[in-house]
Amino acid sequence: MLNDIQKHILEMVADLKGTGEGAINIRSDGQKAFRRNTENIVIESKTDKDGIDIRIAPHTHQEHVHIPVVVTESGRKDLVYNDFYIGDYADVTIVAGCGIHNCGDCDSEHNGLHTFHVGKFAKVKYTEKHYGDGEGSGKRILNPQTVLYLEEGASVTLETTQIRGVDDTKRYTKVVCQGPNSEIIVRENLLTHNDQRADSEMDIFLNGEDSKAQVISRSVAQDNSTQVFYPRVEGNCKCFGHVQCDAIIMGSSKVRAIPEITCNHVDASLIHEAAIGRIAGEQILKLMTLGMTPEEAEAKILEGFLR
Amino acid sequence: MLEIKNLSYRVEGEDGPVDILKNVSLNIEDKKFVVITGPNGGGKTSMARAIMGIYQPTGGQILWNGTDITNLSVTDRARMGISYGFQQPPRFKGMKVRDLLTVAAGEKISHDQACSYLTKVGLCARDYIDRDVDSSLSGGEVKRIEIATILARKSELMIFDEPEAGIDLWSFARLTETFKEIHDKKEATILIISHQERIIRLADEIVLIAGGSLSDRGTVEEIYPKIIADTVSSCNMLEVNNKC
Repeated sequence: MLNDIQKHILEMVADLKGTGEGAINIRSDGQKAFRRNTENIVIESKTDKDGIDIRIAPHTHQEHVHIPVVVTESGRKDLVYNDFYIGDYADVTIVAGCGIHNCGDCDSEHNGLHTFHVGKFAKVKYTEKHYGDGEGSGKRILNPQTVLYLEEGASVTLETTQIRGVDDTKRYTKVVCQGPNSEIIVRENLLTHNDQRADSEMDIFLNGEDSKAQVISRSVAQDNSTQVFYPRVEGNCKCFGHVQCDAIIMGSSKVRAIPEITCNHVDASLIHEAAIGRIAGEQILKLMTLGMTPEEAEAKILEGFLR
Repeated sequence: MLEIKNLSYRVEGEDGPVDILKNVSLNIEDKKFVVITGPNGGGKTSMARAIMGIYQPTGGQILWNGTDITNLSVTDRARMGISYGFQQPPRFKGMKVRDLLTVAAGEKISHDQACSYLTKVGLCARDYIDRDVDSSLSGGEVKRIEIATILARKSELMIFDEPEAGIDLWSFARLTETFKEIHDKKEATILIISHQERIIRLADEIVLIAGGSLSDRGTVEEIYPKIIADTVSSCNMLEVNNKC
């Protein structure tokens, strides 16, 4: 049975009211709180370490899996290994995400290591939201690691969002497009404030003929927060990759973006772009001419930027 | 009514103060269509920006419907019914055309309403309504979306700064029809900075600003021939000077 705080966090990280429909596994303070399997999606606890295996049958059509994590116990350090096996031709949406509510003085931490084995011509949308709240002085720390292996024709859209509340994040993403015509799209949205720190490191290997990668990172750093982006794309065959990092810097924040592209094949076509800057004064002025206050204008610009 | 009294705007240049506007006085009556024209660098945009509150004048007064708005913010003036279409509008990463029109309208607008504003500026609504107002759009497209936001705002006073700039001939023709329609229906007071004859000919009144001063004003019939004569004379002078 979930309490109100846990229910609120579930809504924030997984848009879940209650337990919704479809396959679901809710982990709360290191324990399985709720699980439901479907005919095509089976979730099982690991026997050798903490975590779950999620097996999605081939040809599963437009089903959802929710695997949210809730941490409400101050001082908890959670480490979980989740492995996804997605069958050939499956078409699924996976919603993960972690919310920490810390009312105590000790740091609360969740480390989620997710590995995806995406079968031939499977189509996956993976959404991961991070959220933190609570009045305690203890930090809310989230360190996700996501590794994906894509077979022939597989297509994955990875959307990660962290908007406020998380004090410290070290994110690592590794994608191996090993099959021909496999495709990865990564969309990262991040907002840090106060003294928060967020590091995002990424390795994408384009090994399959005509594989594609697109990385779109949008971030806003406010107050004294710090962000570091280090996306690396390696093209080892005829392939296409595009990395775009855009950041808005505000207050006394600091942002580093270090996109790196490596071509190891004459037909590998890789592009990177990075831009860091403040909100343009003309943008604020334009919205003010439409009746907004400077504060409302700024909020509107950030809302669109991080959408 | 818009009343501009002895408006001055001075900025610090490299070689000392520069007077951009010098004691300009001008009244614009409600529902009139006024075109401000004149040579580049004459102070037209500065005057429009001062009316909107983007530039703070260094002297004089601006009254809107009898209220002194000289020291009011851009936001306050917008809420009092003044809008301003930028000559080079900014782009917004991640903001949809529909969102910008909604902000302009100040309330939720229907799909059909949003589309009608885009149609009035010569854009096929279906192709643009869900696009981001970012660098994927050309300068002309962003400019027309900018004008659509002014239409959506439905202000009492609409100021457009060179609305023709960057717009193709076909869209420009549609745009002039829209300005004429607003004027014919008496929907707003229109103040347009323009050098385009087709826009100038729509105006009830032409105001000529040059060298920071109001140098002439009158109807199209009174002013336009003078502008043409001045232009020919300037060209001749330029030719003579260049020969020297």
